[in-house]
Amino acid sequence: MPVEPPVVSPASLTDAFAILREQPHRPVAGGTDLLVQLTGEIGPAPDRVIDLWRLDELRGVGVHGDAIELGALTTYTDIRRSPICREHLPALVEAAATIGATQIQNRGTIGGNVMNASPAGDTLPVLLALDAVLVVGGADGEREVAAAEFWPAYRRTAARPDELLLRVRVPLGAGREQRFRKVGTRRAQAISKVVVAAAWRGTDTWQDVRLALGSVAATPVRVREAEAALEGRPRTLGSVEAAVDALGAAINPIDDVRSTAAYRREAARRVVRRLLAESLEHA
Amino acid sequence: MTTNLTVNGAPVETEAPGMRRLIDLLREDLGLTGTKEGCGEGECGACTVLLDGAPVLSCLVPVCQVGGTDVRTVEGLTPVAPGGVTLGVLQQAFLETGGAQCGICTPGMLMAGEAFLASGLEPTDDAIREAIAGNLCRCTGYTKIIDAIRLASEREGVRRGAA
Amino acid sequence: MTIETPARAIPARSPAPTRGVAVPLRREGPAKLTGTALYTDDLVFPGAWYGATIRSTDAHATLLGIDLDPGFPWDRVVVVTADDIPGKNVVASIAADQPILVPVGGEIRHQAEPVALIAAPDRDTLREAKRRVTLRTQPLPPVYDPLESEIVFAHYDLGRGDVDAALATADVVVEGTYRVGHQEQLYIENNAMIALPRDDGGITVHGSLQCPYYVHRALIAGMALDDAHVQVVQAETGGGFGGKEEYPSMIALHAALLARRTGKPVRMIYDRHEDLSATTKRHPAVIRHRTGLTRDGRIIAQDIDLVLDGGAYTTLTPVVLSRATIHAGGPYDVANVRIRSRAVMTNTPPNGAFRGFGAPQSEFAAEMQVNRAAERLGISPLELRRRNVYRAGGTTPTQQVLGVDVAGLDVLERAAEASGFERTREQTASARAARRPGARTARGIGLALAWHGAGFTGSGEEKMGSVASLEITGDGEIRILTASTEMGQGTKTIFPQLVAAELEIAYEDVVMAPQDTSFVPDSGPTVASRTAMVVGGLLVHAARRLRAEVEGRTGRPFGLSWRDDAREHGPTRIDEQFLPYPGRHFDDDTYTGDAYPSFGWAAAVAEVEVDLDTAEVAVLRVVAADDVGRVIHPVLCEGQVEGGTLQAVGYATIEEIKLLDGRYLNDRLQTYLIPTSLDAPRLETILVEARFEDAPHGAKGVGELPMDVGAPAVVAAIHDAVGAWIHDLPATPERILAAIAGIEPPGPPGVSAVSSRSDVVPPQPTSDAA
Repeated sequence: MPVEPPVVSPASLTDAFAILREQPHRPVAGGTDLLVQLTGEIGPAPDRVIDLWRLDELRGVGVHGDAIELGALTTYTDIRRSPICREHLPALVEAAATIGATQIQNRGTIGGNVMNASPAGDTLPVLLALDAVLVVGGADGEREVAAAEFWPAYRRTAARPDELLLRVRVPLGAGREQRFRKVGTRRAQAISKVVVAAAWRGTDTWQDVRLALGSVAATPVRVREAEAALEGRPRTLGSVEAAVDALGAAINPIDDVRSTAAYRREAARRVVRRLLAESLEHA
Repeated sequence: MTTNLTVNGAPVETEAPGMRRLIDLLREDLGLTGTKEGCGEGECGACTVLLDGAPVLSCLVPVCQVGGTDVRTVEGLTPVAPGGVTLGVLQQAFLETGGAQCGICTPGMLMAGEAFLASGLEPTDDAIREAIAGNLCRCTGYTKIIDAIRLASEREGVRRGAA
Repeated sequence: MTIETPARAIPARSPAPTRGVAVPLRREGPAKLTGTALYTDDLVFPGAWYGATIRSTDAHATLLGIDLDPGFPWDRVVVVTADDIPGKNVVASIAADQPILVPVGGEIRHQAEPVALIAAPDRDTLREAKRRVTLRTQPLPPVYDPLESEIVFAHYDLGRGDVDAALATADVVVEGTYRVGHQEQLYIENNAMIALPRDDGGITVHGSLQCPYYVHRALIAGMALDDAHVQVVQAETGGGFGGKEEYPSMIALHAALLARRTGKPVRMIYDRHEDLSATTKRHPAVIRHRTGLTRDGRIIAQDIDLVLDGGAYTTLTPVVLSRATIHAGGPYDVANVRIRSRAVMTNTPPNGAFRGFGAPQSEFAAEMQVNRAAERLGISPLELRRRNVYRAGGTTPTQQVLGVDVAGLDVLERAAEASGFERTREQTASARAARRPGARTARGIGLALAWHGAGFTGSGEEKMGSVASLEITGDGEIRILTASTEMGQGTKTIFPQLVAAELEIAYEDVVMAPQDTSFVPDSGPTVASRTAMVVGGLLVHAARRLRAEVEGRTGRPFGLSWRDDAREHGPTRIDEQFLPYPGRHFDDDTYTGDAYPSFGWAAAVAEVEVDLDTAEVAVLRVVAADDVGRVIHPVLCEGQVEGGTLQAVGYATIEEIKLLDGRYLNDRLQTYLIPTSLDAPRLETILVEARFEDAPHGAKGVGELPMDVGAPAVVAAIHDAVGAWIHDLPATPERILAAIAGIEPPGPPGVSAVSSRSDVVPPQPTSDAA
């Protein structure tokens, strides 16, 4: 069997939905994850592939009502250059800038990051922290899934095999603070050891707090115990310490080839403390 | 299925499978072996080519996505002068500063450098380092590669300024 | 004292370092810069088949059988096993222990051990055939911890004075145990070989390699051929760093076996995963020190115990151990020294040559001791080194009396001055004292000093008797014939440069013969920083003889007469064989005498910034001062120092291989990480020239020197920043945070975890790109 699986390149979303209704296909967008899987050594080799790259309906960043919408084919370079993202989604821009390097950022897409569902996917904690909604669709129409429900298990998503991710919707979130920090082995071309994204509102008390982490569990996770330790409390070092303690108790990272469980837990605690405490100094 | 593209300015028509990697099209089908494969996993940058001017990893781009595009490789960097092949400004700068040692990362490094020169960014140390962060080099410590790109940028600037 | 005041300080960061410096441009540079240089995988041989290796998946087992799935059409491919080897089933090296392929009934000693070979006309068939082979094995108990291994490949015991008495009288005794892990050479071009069967029954091999004659001899032994029926040709080679010194022999044998069976050219082009999984790494080591000092900072005793993990087979391990042992005390004149060392077997892939060849491991430990002693004594690390570094006339642990070309103090002072070491150290100390809890980052500065024996250890060069040749050809060319390879370090540039200078002719008039064993002599392997010093020296001698001969015939200066002489007299060839440097002796039995004809000296000052939350280390700047004897080509020489320094920074900080059940887990470029341009420090290079007077051109070596100092300098800087000594390499954030935050540390580097009692999980196929 040749290493190259058959591929179909639909010219429209309608065609794509029809193809997927017939038979499951592995989607390829920027190719930066799928192409390394062709030999079957890293992840399962695809049997057949649907190429989404021509679907211009899935491109573009825009403000729609009270949300920003990013087409699934928005590349990391697009995100870094987008004035809308730079103004409203600085944490996402930061995350995009930490992924791979220029070459990967020119091809890799936010849709690919979402659908690849890696626990180390760098944009995913940001989407969790910003209450993003993932819009998927197929021949039967569109539906919306909250980011918090989108990654139910290791490398799984809430999308059905006949559905595609269409766009990512992020509420504009007036007055929302957002922070991002990636801890990797080196400063470019690195898969994260720990990723932290945080968002909140409020000056005197913590409101609408979101703390989301990557690479500390089988999926990207919101740490609700730590969020609860802050929510409604005064913005003080005391509440930050309570959240850090709650976080340390709630996450259960593993030893693997990139890092150790002990390091991930401690680095996550310290990074979260830093991000929150710094916001107090600057308030 | 037929894919049409241009490679280094020349039209190419290929029947290669859609999921064939661009690097295989270049190296094996077209015989353009200047582009190197260092890992096949998008980590080393040796296979960097310019796709419509943007640096990409040719080991991660499938042929089905290059229809209608313009691909540029190291072979396309080399100006053909009346007296034969000469070196372009960036290549000459690499030669003078010692930016190429074993040479295996060089074609990819040149393409990343070429994209940087085309970007018009100030050739600061930080900006050049970011532009080549996706290209691993094990020989040079990067210093002389950065020197080369800065030197080429200065010379290009002089050339542009004079034009 | 040095015989020559350092002649030249080259500004390291000038915009165009070559401006105004009359040195030739890299000979093969234009080909590399236009994509026309042909590396092995670029070579096209019509009708070639593709070869693959079936490897063990056991760390230690008996091979009971090789089963081929009857559902596969085996007539479409060729399978080769140990039974098909015409010669000796051994990869010729120091010891005859490593098989080309493990025979049925034989012992598998590591996870990546070759067991069978397959060739197919296309890669898809090859991939499918590989999947249809299974090995039947009977597992045997493995040994992973070198401290528990009872199989010793080599051992040394050397020193002088009375260590125990001196330790008893010392004012201070500093003890330490240091562990360092594997390091991968990570040349960007993977290993690659193509074998072509010849009509006369011989074999021609084109490949990526450092040492054509090593491969040549391995093919003669394994393929049962004579010298005339083996031809090894070096293709353009994309980096080596020692990693293409040994394993290419194995790959060439595999390709040759398949070519012989198929009757077709066979391509064995490793992908990165196979290259990382199977080929040699830098040896892990465990090094214990006891150092005795006087209160005023004189080192009076060193008691050193060094264990190298050789992996499964002997390879070059005894020689690596020898260099590690001789360098283990560091560049310090100590009256009482005892160094006991051994290299042992473990059931992990064999370790081998990598830039520095044992010295980076042992000198890391030595420099850690000196830096820790300085802290204990309250003496500046710079001052402590000044008081102890070798001077001319110093005596080494092998009783070698150093000549006048000692530049230890010189490189030390130059690096310290250029980096502003003492001033910055005062600043980091006051910053440390003033640091409040919750500070986000901390800066530190660290210093290290090293020596590195130039060329082969002991009697190696004398035994090898290398030959380099120079000829005026019938075609009217002046041609250099050596087997010394270009891997990026500049062989093809400096050889013509040296010869042209000696003959007073143009650089362009001197050509290099290809590195092809069918017509170049054996000038020895391209290793041990010996190429410029030893082979370059032979060429200078050859050029002098050639010049004298031609001028004797013509009575006119060589440059004006050699073309006429070639026309009238025909070709002239000079074969220059290595003769021992005068007055140098080494006794292999007592392990005493002149271990090296000369030593190079290196100092490095590293500055780091440590993130106090995550213990991530940014190496900001490294100032390196290296004595290389006479500098032949400043640009290429600086390039060697810069590249070696960054490899040392990687070794110090991020390059790590974890093992599980004897298998490397960091076996892809996703998981074995080397520094990118954003991780690389600003590198400043100072070249110091203490000429080696017994070489006609004064050159020592350069390749390995910078590798010895980078890691201890970086770890000292980390200590200066955070106040904790990291005894294990690499000094990862995991190890640093364990030291400063009291969390559980990672296991020791280089030692395999065992799945039954470990919670280390295999690498997940995670990738953060879309």
